[in-house]
Amino acid sequence: MLRRIFAAFAVVLLAMALLPFITEIHPFQELSPVARHYAEKGPDELGGANLVTSVIVTYRGLDTLGEVTVLFIATAGVGFLLRRDERDEEESAAAAGTDESGSAGNSPRPASELLMSGSMLLFPLLMLFGVYIFLHGHLTPGGGFQGGVVIASAMLLVMLSRVSLHLNHTVLGLVESLSGFSYVVIGVVGLVLAGGFLDNRILPLGELGNLLSAGAIPVIYSLVGLKVGTELTNILETMKSEEEL
Amino acid sequence: MSVYIIAVFGVLMVFAAVYAIYSRNILSAIIASGVISLLASIIYILLAAPDVAMTEAAIGSGLTTVVFLLALKRINRLRGTEEEDVDA
Repeated sequence: MLRRIFAAFAVVLLAMALLPFITEIHPFQELSPVARHYAEKGPDELGGANLVTSVIVTYRGLDTLGEVTVLFIATAGVGFLLRRDERDEEESAAAAGTDESGSAGNSPRPASELLMSGSMLLFPLLMLFGVYIFLHGHLTPGGGFQGGVVIASAMLLVMLSRVSLHLNHTVLGLVESLSGFSYVVIGVVGLVLAGGFLDNRILPLGELGNLLSAGAIPVIYSLVGLKVGTELTNILETMKSEEEL
Repeated sequence: MSVYIIAVFGVLMVFAAVYAIYSRNILSAIIASGVISLLASIIYILLAAPDVAMTEAAIGSGLTTVVFLLALKRINRLRGTEEEDVDA
């Protein structure tokens, strides 16, 4: 009972503390100087039709690198916590061996016909859509993160429909590290050749609205897309293969 | 007009959140938390933020739900084997 009173008291106190944020703060009537600079000069400076992408990839490129790092640490954590001990693997292999001689009841149940046919139809479309999203990040809404997640969900569909399929962790890791490495290299090249870290003006800006425009933004976002896609696929694959043990 | 739609979705989000906390069934709680993200992404579209809406829909209601479901399946399996061991 006392705990409940304390909890209610804490909630009321918190509400009183946060009330000024609703009543006292008025919405901005005009853009702040930084925002106005981005909105007015952004398309001319960076050549990106989608201003959000220009801000995320170039103006705030370092923050995006931080986000990618956070995702990498999360993936590494999942891989570390759910790693398979060699001993466990041997035991399970031995168990599987004895099971095969006795009964094949341990093998996973195959996915339904509906799921398999549907995933075969949808997988290429989803992959194409994911690549489209990150290649057109500078023109339309979306970008590396969104495209990467769509690619990961396409891979998830395949994992669900082909139960015994195992993805090659070496290839996934290689693609992920290479794209992450190239991302940082492009950033450093921008530092040397253009105005700063992750400056996109190391490549010609091109014409506003074309696919090959906005300098290095499509390249950077493709790398981010590949990295995010392989990382999330890696998480899903780790959790799934762990579950089958 | 869109203010009212946003208000309705916001109230629905609160209901889904409360349901996710108090639901006895973990599966329903996971689905409810996915619904929260889906409603949030609709609100983002109404507020003219398609980039954020795409991220929220793909990660919040798609991938996170799947990861939770995989984890739930794994926990259920672990529990099942433990109970079997106790019985044996």
